[in-house]
Amino acid sequence: MTFTKTLLASSALVGLMAGAAAAQTEIHWWHAMGGANGERIDRMAAEFNAMQSDYVIVPTYKGNYTETMTAAIAAFRAGEQPHLVQVFEVGTATMMAAEGAIYPVEEMMADAGEPFDGDAYLPAVVSYYQTPEGELLSMPFNSSSPVMWYNADALAAAGVDVPTTWDDVEAVAQALVDNGMACGLAIGWQSWVMIENFSAWHDMPMGTQENGFAGFDTEFTFNTEAVANRLQRLADMQEGNLFVYGGRRGDSLPMFTNGECGMWMNSSAYYGSMVAQAEFEFGQTMLPLDTDLADAPQNSIIGGATLWALRGHDAAEYEGLAQFMTYLSSPEVQAWWSQETGYVPITTAAYELGQEQGFYAENPGTDTAIQQLSLNAPTPNSRGIRFGNFVQVRDVINEELEALWAGDQTAQEALDNAVERGNELLRRFERSVN
Amino acid sequence: MVENRPLLSILAHIVLLLGVAIVALPVWITFVGASHEAERMLQTPIPMLPGDQFFVNLRQTLWGSGLEGTNTAPVWMMLMNSMVMALMIAIGKIAISLLSAFAIVYFKFPFRMGFFWMIFITLMLPVEVRILPTFEVIADLGMLNSYWGLTVPLIASATATFMFRQVFLTIPDEMLESARIDGAGPMRFFWDIVIPLSRTNIAALFVILFIYGWNQYLWPLLITTDTDMMTIVVSIKQMLEAAEQSPQWNIIMMTALLAMIPPIFVVIAMQKLFVQGLTETDK
Amino acid sequence: MLKRVHFPASLLPYLLVAPQVIITLIFFIWPASQAVYQSFLIEDAFGFSTEFVWFENFEYLLQDDHYRDSFGRTIFFSAAVAFLSMSFALILAGFADRVIRGSTTYRTLLIWPYAVAPVLAGALFLFMFNPTIGIFPYLLEMVGYDWNHYLNGSQAMFLVIIAAAWKQVAYNFLFYLAAMQSIPRSIIEAAAIDGAGPIRRFATIIFPLISPTTFFLLVINAVYAFFETFGIIHAVTQGGPANSTTTLVYKVYNDGFIGLDLGGSAAQSVILMFLVIVMTVIQFRFIEKRVQY
Repeated sequence: MTFTKTLLASSALVGLMAGAAAAQTEIHWWHAMGGANGERIDRMAAEFNAMQSDYVIVPTYKGNYTETMTAAIAAFRAGEQPHLVQVFEVGTATMMAAEGAIYPVEEMMADAGEPFDGDAYLPAVVSYYQTPEGELLSMPFNSSSPVMWYNADALAAAGVDVPTTWDDVEAVAQALVDNGMACGLAIGWQSWVMIENFSAWHDMPMGTQENGFAGFDTEFTFNTEAVANRLQRLADMQEGNLFVYGGRRGDSLPMFTNGECGMWMNSSAYYGSMVAQAEFEFGQTMLPLDTDLADAPQNSIIGGATLWALRGHDAAEYEGLAQFMTYLSSPEVQAWWSQETGYVPITTAAYELGQEQGFYAENPGTDTAIQQLSLNAPTPNSRGIRFGNFVQVRDVINEELEALWAGDQTAQEALDNAVERGNELLRRFERSVN
Repeated sequence: MVENRPLLSILAHIVLLLGVAIVALPVWITFVGASHEAERMLQTPIPMLPGDQFFVNLRQTLWGSGLEGTNTAPVWMMLMNSMVMALMIAIGKIAISLLSAFAIVYFKFPFRMGFFWMIFITLMLPVEVRILPTFEVIADLGMLNSYWGLTVPLIASATATFMFRQVFLTIPDEMLESARIDGAGPMRFFWDIVIPLSRTNIAALFVILFIYGWNQYLWPLLITTDTDMMTIVVSIKQMLEAAEQSPQWNIIMMTALLAMIPPIFVVIAMQKLFVQGLTETDK
Repeated sequence: MLKRVHFPASLLPYLLVAPQVIITLIFFIWPASQAVYQSFLIEDAFGFSTEFVWFENFEYLLQDDHYRDSFGRTIFFSAAVAFLSMSFALILAGFADRVIRGSTTYRTLLIWPYAVAPVLAGALFLFMFNPTIGIFPYLLEMVGYDWNHYLNGSQAMFLVIIAAAWKQVAYNFLFYLAAMQSIPRSIIEAAAIDGAGPIRRFATIIFPLISPTTFFLLVINAVYAFFETFGIIHAVTQGGPANSTTTLVYKVYNDGFIGLDLGGSAAQSVILMFLVIVMTVIQFRFIEKRVQY
């Protein structure tokens, strides 16, 4: 063992891993988690490697989600693919369509003789990644849901309660600004939060064919009055800085952690960053309800990424991978991972373990995401979305919404344009896979 | 000086110093950023004067793993990768370009112009627009994760060939005539006459190509899957990505500083040759 | 093109050009021809299903308003970068030409941004202009100007332009200074004796005399802004907001690399290759002419 270690260390130095590979089977895992989460991934891999001596999990950070996915696809086309790759939820349709490239996780586990119980997983988490027949295609790993983050100190100072409806949000934003804050509300991942989840939360479809689950011949339909009204009101909130647009993805995070904005709608997975950066009392609560559209929320949908096994390696290597999957979804690992990061635990057992450990009681609000996800049994509108070319569609939505925030077009125009351009991309995708 | 106007001279110095200040400002801010604690760099206004954490950050960046959790190779290793890549590209390009320019200028042979245009067309097309097919070629040749894969495809540009051709055209024909009278063969002429006469241009090109190689971003990002092969410039972009969740600007700025120093050193150290070679041949 | 005298033809010249030609064939001509072929296909990302569609990808592009916009935007961006970096360099070179002592020192202090990687330059400007913690938005806010390049497309464009121009000033400065220093002093002195002041001398003598350099730099800067600013845009704006900084090269990358639309991206590459060839020919004609003076 010490010999292998020395060998590993010295060979790593010169960039030659071949010597060590002879002793143990290497399993390559490409992921998109930088920063502290990347460190946590390393820790999991190291723990698994120490637990057994047949396999070595080699995690590699490949850049952000899109870079990781493209790198894996390029590698597959060249026959150099990793065993496991982390793909974000919007890449699901692209991966699914590539039947010859992916090795459905459930099938892989069965082939490797590794026990797998689909019922152990939270329905709202796995339903996004199942075939119509209920077979699990990829292993949920880091799943999150958008929540409303709020600056508890600022809300208290302004003398307002935590908002539960959009009317509340507007009132709270006004109170915060009146009380001297630079801005009331900021959002991130705008397509995910304000269109995909807004639709699911109010049980409205985003596209035809059960949001794409029932077939590739789907079309977008989210240019409804309901969505347009909400977005228009949000755009109008920019007057007086009740709402400030701070960029795509999580670019607006510092606006919240610096105390500029009192509310921030984005992934629950920013929990780790909040703990590290926010110097005030913060909390998370459920997404606000638009009372014009529904009396009660349906359920939110997940974001984040799953792990896809790629074909083209030896059976023995998949046995190791299957064992690693079991390790990753074990209650201890999932509870630790979810509590550190703010991602939701993917199995019921892990959630219950967290409850037993008293984590959710000690840190109120940390189970917001999981409660949102399991609020009701998912309907076809709230199970998730499965649209081809969705990476580009999200860009289109980003572009059109940015033009809305900049005042160049109305919300209805933005949505109409996004739907029209999005449908073209869907048609191209449909042709490319048929 | 044409005429003596002290005021104008003072103005000249003021304008130039102002210009230097404007040009240097981003690097000053980088330096300041690299000398503070991570927390300080998240508070507005960010500092404009250096702090006392420079060497702490330097040690963490250079010998630690750099940014927490990117599980990248240590920064010194990335610097070494960048150095090898830049040198291989610079030297490789100069070598093959000298040879092909020599052939094109000093020999008359069938398809000479065909070769010239073939090389010349590659002059400006950046790697970015042909990257996926090129990636497949590299993968088919089994060159992923190797210094060869990192460098050889980038040697296939023609800037250097073109420049040497220009230089060789300025070498007087009498040189060749007298060499032939002395009975010198082509390679002898190449080593004894052509190479010494293009020394400045070789130096200038070395600087340009070293920087070109050092600054590559997209290509190494795609071609290296092994963290041990990552280059410093790629790691900066990845740190920016990770910064979305947990910005550690002090480490990012320190890495940026380390990534800048070698190419800047090359430019400044070889400044005289570089400027001569660049401006005198009319590039 | 060719020396009047030359070595006799033999196997040797073929051996000499061989390394370059082989590398060019394998790593340029072959992938480029693959790109041309791909531009006629609609293909899924993994390459499992392929449909040959002739020019449909091109038709789609030419109908696409966003593609046409990115054409115009690229030209504006290139012109702005060239103008900004060249005029700044021209002013500095004009003054540096006047100072006798210290002009080398100034040169040393001005040339190094040339060595900074585009991605790095992008990172630095991103940090300086970060709407939340950057120093410039902070200063601008004091005078009541709201900086947010995540929302405001013009601000985003401005940001990538100055980052790109900053990097190129050094190169332009070197050429301008060298050009000015090569003007015979006697001409300038004669003008001074005739009573022409420094500004007039600059406008009527120096500037016209260095116009070949200006034209040369214009071509070089345009090429630079077209193709080599990818790293800056990638680091600073990623083409946004609302496409306002998506140049042609960035769009190739974005559609192919991020969007996995291989056919559409390849079609754009082909259009770019065509542009490159045209630009190369123009540049070549121009440089060729200069050599012959």
